[in-house]
Amino acid sequence: MNWQSVAAIYRFEMARTFRTLLQSIVSPVLSTSLYFVVFGAAIGSRIDQVEGVSYGSFIVPGLIMLSVMTQSITVASFGIYFPKFIGTIFEILSAPVSFIEIVIGYVGAAATKSLMIGVIILITAHFFVDIDIAHPVYMLGFLVLTCVSFSLFGFIIGIWARNFEQLQLVPLLIITPLVFLGGSFYSISMLPAAWQTVALFNPVVYLISGFRWSFFGMADVPIGWSLLAIAAFLALCLAVIWWIFKTGWRLRN
Amino acid sequence: MSARISIKGLSKVYASGLTALDNVDLEIEPGEILSLLGPNGAGKTTLISIICGIANPTSGTVEVGGYDTIRDFRNARKLIGLVPQEVSLEPFETVINTVSFSRGLFGLPRNPAHIEKILRQLSLWDKRDSKIMELSGGMKRRVLIAKALSHEPQVLFLDEPSAGVDVELRKDMWETVRALQEAGTTIILTTHYIEEAEAMADRIGVIRKGQILLVEETAALMQRLGRKQLEIELQAPLDAIPGSLSGYDLERKDERTLVYAYDTQSERTGITRLLNDVQAAGLQLRDVQTRQSSLEDIFVDLVKEDAA
Ligand SMILES: Nc1ncnc2c1ncn2[C@@H]1O[C@H](COP(=O)(O)OP(=O)(O)OP(=O)(O)O)[C@@H](O)[C@H]1O
Ligand SMILES: [Mg+2]
Repeated sequence: MNWQSVAAIYRFEMARTFRTLLQSIVSPVLSTSLYFVVFGAAIGSRIDQVEGVSYGSFIVPGLIMLSVMTQSITVASFGIYFPKFIGTIFEILSAPVSFIEIVIGYVGAAATKSLMIGVIILITAHFFVDIDIAHPVYMLGFLVLTCVSFSLFGFIIGIWARNFEQLQLVPLLIITPLVFLGGSFYSISMLPAAWQTVALFNPVVYLISGFRWSFFGMADVPIGWSLLAIAAFLALCLAVIWWIFKTGWRLRN
Repeated sequence: MSARISIKGLSKVYASGLTALDNVDLEIEPGEILSLLGPNGAGKTTLISIICGIANPTSGTVEVGGYDTIRDFRNARKLIGLVPQEVSLEPFETVINTVSFSRGLFGLPRNPAHIEKILRQLSLWDKRDSKIMELSGGMKRRVLIAKALSHEPQVLFLDEPSAGVDVELRKDMWETVRALQEAGTTIILTTHYIEEAEAMADRIGVIRKGQILLVEETAALMQRLGRKQLEIELQAPLDAIPGSLSGYDLERKDERTLVYAYDTQSERTGITRLLNDVQAAGLQLRDVQTRQSSLEDIFVDLVKEDAA
């Protein structure tokens, strides 16, 4: 493993984040606050409790997952698409680095950024509602796994995309609906029975449910399933990336 | 010593079905400057891209410093620096960060002194904290060179280094290239211009339509193919070439212009004698100019030679 090169890529990518540090911090803080005003105050005043947890607190894990998933995909896909677009990818391809090292550098940087955003949201939420984290280690583990696996997914999209439209297509058409329908702002048990069954086909449900369990010790689906879901998603992304690596697909034409 | 770069049976067929390289064999010696000379679309960039690992070959093998560029890509690529044809740089990053990044990317520890030396050499030191987007085109090209040199390559590829570069800078660049060669670097540069190949290269490889037509010592190639033409423009129109000039290889381009082809490499070009004789024949000169044989002329000659 050539850690010097990995570190170079990681640092270069993080520099991009720090160049826009203000924007990187302000926008999640702002959007979280808005969610609390709209969902917490307006809707929360009608729902007040979900399975023994105040609605304001209840939405915190979903809110974090929503941001972390979309940010991971956006940052990671842009991170690798941009060099392809402006042509600087030639240097990465001609460097003595393996694909695995490229992935660790780019995905590591994207995951770091979304992890930072997740933590910022958690801290911001703290100012609005009380949050007790029942299983902090699981919470952190889930958060990191989600950041990493969705950054991997974003990386794949960035390599696949041939233009900016395609780059935004997957997050917009697939991820956003799955996340919103995945129980970010409600418990699956609040849905009509038929929809509960449908929801179980949404992989994001398992992730949000597992993450929420680490906060409140209660979940829509057993925690084991959630762990399985995130592991499966991670494995799938790794397999696709391994295949891209083998074939040079869309990289070494 | 064995070849620094050894290319065997290399072909590249793009997904579009276009054959960009057709069974190329080429050996590049350590410490030489090799110029790849060929028209647009000949396959020069494709060849370089495959050697550097940017594109996959369809068939064939490449070894750099004895390392296979695919099986042993780490060792092979460590030796290589590439200055691409297209200027592509991260616009928002500073010069010094961009150049330092390249060194780290190639797995070398930080060495600010080395980076400073390169930036000074390329007259970029004053611009080190500028963002790339604030630089002129020529400066950006120099940043690309600095990036390639940052990791101390033993083999340097310059893909059309003189495109969009003014005369002054071109001279500087050629000096830099010569200094690198003296330090033992093997250099491969592509160009459309015979003059550039002639001025820089120890050997010239002529490539067209994905095939290497020949690789020869520059002097030998120029002797064989490098001809110049002297165009003599006359004051008054002329019906035919006067008999007293029939001993020269003269051609009447139009009624006022005579063309004399001569060999730049031969001891005597015969120009003085010709001009004297022209005057003796009572012809008044209006203008005289010389023209180097173009790449196209060389191809025509080569094809003629092939047929012979
Ligand atoms: N990515 C690609 N996909 C399909 N065809 C390509 C690709 N890149 C190059 N080609 C084609 O391959 C041929 C060789 O191109 P290449 O860029 O190697 O030429 P070149 O000798 O570098 O030309 P120039 O002097 O214009 O830079 C051209 O016909 C070109 O259109
Ligand atoms: Mg080219």
